[in-house]
Amino acid sequence: MIAFGQFLEVLLSGLLAGVLYSLVALGFVLIYKASGVFNFAQGAMVLLAGLALVRCLNFMVAQGFSFWGAAVIGLLFSAAIMAVTAWLVERFVLGPLLNQDGLTLFMATIGVTFMIEGGAQMLFGAEVYPLQFFPGDAWFLFENAFPGGILMSKIDVFGGFIAAVLVVGLALFFQYTKTGRALRAVADDHAAAQSVGISLNWIWFIVWLVAGLVALAASTVWGTKLGVQFSITFLALKALPVLIIGGFTSVPGAIVGGLIAGAGEKIAEAYLGPYIGGGIEYWFAYVLALVVLLMRPQGLFGERIIERV
Amino acid sequence: MRAPGGPDVAVGDVLLSVEAVSLAFGGVKAVNDVSFDIRKGEIRAIIGPNGAGKTSMLNVINGFYHPQEGRITFKGEARSRMRPHDAAHGGIARTFQNVALFKGMSALDNIMVGRTLKMHRGIGWQLMRWGPALKEEVEHRHRVEEIIDFLQIQAIRKVQVARLPYGLQKRVELGRALAMEPDLLLLDEPMAGMNMEEKEDMSRFVLDVNSHYGTTIALIEHDMGVVMDLSDRVVVLDHGIKIADGTPDQVKGNQAVIDAYLGVAH
Repeated sequence: MIAFGQFLEVLLSGLLAGVLYSLVALGFVLIYKASGVFNFAQGAMVLLAGLALVRCLNFMVAQGFSFWGAAVIGLLFSAAIMAVTAWLVERFVLGPLLNQDGLTLFMATIGVTFMIEGGAQMLFGAEVYPLQFFPGDAWFLFENAFPGGILMSKIDVFGGFIAAVLVVGLALFFQYTKTGRALRAVADDHAAAQSVGISLNWIWFIVWLVAGLVALAASTVWGTKLGVQFSITFLALKALPVLIIGGFTSVPGAIVGGLIAGAGEKIAEAYLGPYIGGGIEYWFAYVLALVVLLMRPQGLFGERIIERV
Repeated sequence: MRAPGGPDVAVGDVLLSVEAVSLAFGGVKAVNDVSFDIRKGEIRAIIGPNGAGKTSMLNVINGFYHPQEGRITFKGEARSRMRPHDAAHGGIARTFQNVALFKGMSALDNIMVGRTLKMHRGIGWQLMRWGPALKEEVEHRHRVEEIIDFLQIQAIRKVQVARLPYGLQKRVELGRALAMEPDLLLLDEPMAGMNMEEKEDMSRFVLDVNSHYGTTIALIEHDMGVVMDLSDRVVVLDHGIKIADGTPDQVKGNQAVIDAYLGVAH
C-alpha cells in the first residue's frame, strides 16, 4: 500500500510538472502552426513577460496598491508589453522576410531571442525577482487511504488549471471565430489565404500576440516556482522534447506530450534513479523524445508527413 | 451581387486593363510586353501552350507577382505594387492550378474563410461570440449555405476537404472564391484533371456564375472545346508574348495560334 501511494504521488507530481512544460510548449505550437516558424524566442518571451509583470507589480505595491490590484495592473502592463513585442517582431523581422524559407526564419528568431533577452534585462533589471502569485504550500490528499497522504503542490494545480483554460479557450477561438478560421487558413496555405484577403502581416501579429500571452500565463506559474530570473529562458529546452513527443503542429499534442514527458521523468527518477544515479529527470524527457522520433517522427499528434518522390 | 467598393463599372466597359506588362525572373522573361483588357460581364479566356506565361499573367493580376514594367488598371484605378490581399479587397478572387484549399478544414469552413473580408466585427466581439458577432456569423453562414446549394455540395459540407475527390475539391475552391462576391473571378485551369462529366458540371457552374451573379470571369484552360464554348473573347500567349486576341472564331483561324499549338517546320 505504501508503494502504491508513493507511485501515485510521483505520477501526480509528474503529470502536473508536465502540464507546466506544456504551457511553454503551447507558445511554440501556435507560432509553428500558423507560420511554419520554429520560434526559438519563446523562452525569452516567458522571461520578458515575467519581468514586466513582476517589476510593475512590485512598483504598484510600493505605490500603496493592494496586492491583487497591483497584480491586475501588472498583468495588463505585461500583456501590453507582449503586444508591442509582437508588433515589433512582425514589423521589423518577419514582415521583411515574407516568403523566405523556414530555416531563414528560424535563424531570425534566434536573433530575436538575444534582442528580447537583452532588452528585457535592460528595461526591467537582471536580478532574481520573487513572485508570489500562487500559494507555495501543498495539499495532502487521501490521508485516510495512505499513510502521510499524497502530496500535491498547490502551484502545480493552479498551473494545470491555467493550462486547461488556455487549451479550451484556444480550441474554441480557432474553431468558431473569423480570426481563428483565418489562422487555420494561413497555417494550411499561405497563397490561398492571401487570395481571399487575409493579410499575413496581421495574422502573424495576432499569432505572436497570442504566443506572448501564453508566455505571460507560463511566467506567472514558473515565476512563482523559480522566481523571475534569466534561467527561466532555459524552459524552452524543456519544451523541446515535449514538442517532439506531441508533434509540432498540435495543441492537444503539446498537452499530452507534456504529460508524458513530466510523468516519464519523475517516474524514471523515482524508480531508475537509485540504480543508475540521480538526476535522471533532467534528461529522461529527451530519451522519450528520441524514442518517439524513431517510431513516429511527426510526433504522436503531428500531421503525417507524406513526401512525394 | 454588389461591387465591394470603388467606382462602379457598367457592363461592357473595361473592368481591368493590362498595358505593356513585362515580368522577368532573372534572365527568363515570363511575360513580355503584353496588353489586353477584360470587360465587365464577359468570360475572357487566356490560352497558350505550356510555359506560355498564362499563370504568371494571372499572378500579376492578383498581386502575387509584381511586373517590372507596364501598368494594370482595375475599375479605372491604376495600381503600382499591390499585394494579394489588397487585390482581394478590391474585388478580385481566384482559384489555383493545383487546388489550394485549407486541407485540414471542412468544406463549409473553407467557404466561410472566403467571407473573411465581409465580416467586420472586431476580435473582442469574436472572442465572446455573442451579440453582434454571433449575428454576423449566422448571417454569413446563411450566405455560404446558398453558395453550397448553388454548387450542389450539400452532402459534403462537413467533410474535411483533403478527403474529397479532386473534382469536388475544385468545386469547393470555386465556392470559396464565390463567397468573396468578387467583381472579377480568376480561374486557373478549373477543369484540369477532370473527366467529361465533371467538366460539363464545372462549365455549367462557370456559365451560371457569369449569368446569375454577373461576375466577370477570366480563365485559363487547356481544353479547347471548353474554351471555345464558354468564352466571349480569347487572348493567346506563347513564350510570354501575346500572339492573338479576339473572339473564339477569330482565334481559331489565326495562323500564329495554329503554329504555336501544332509547331512549325523549321
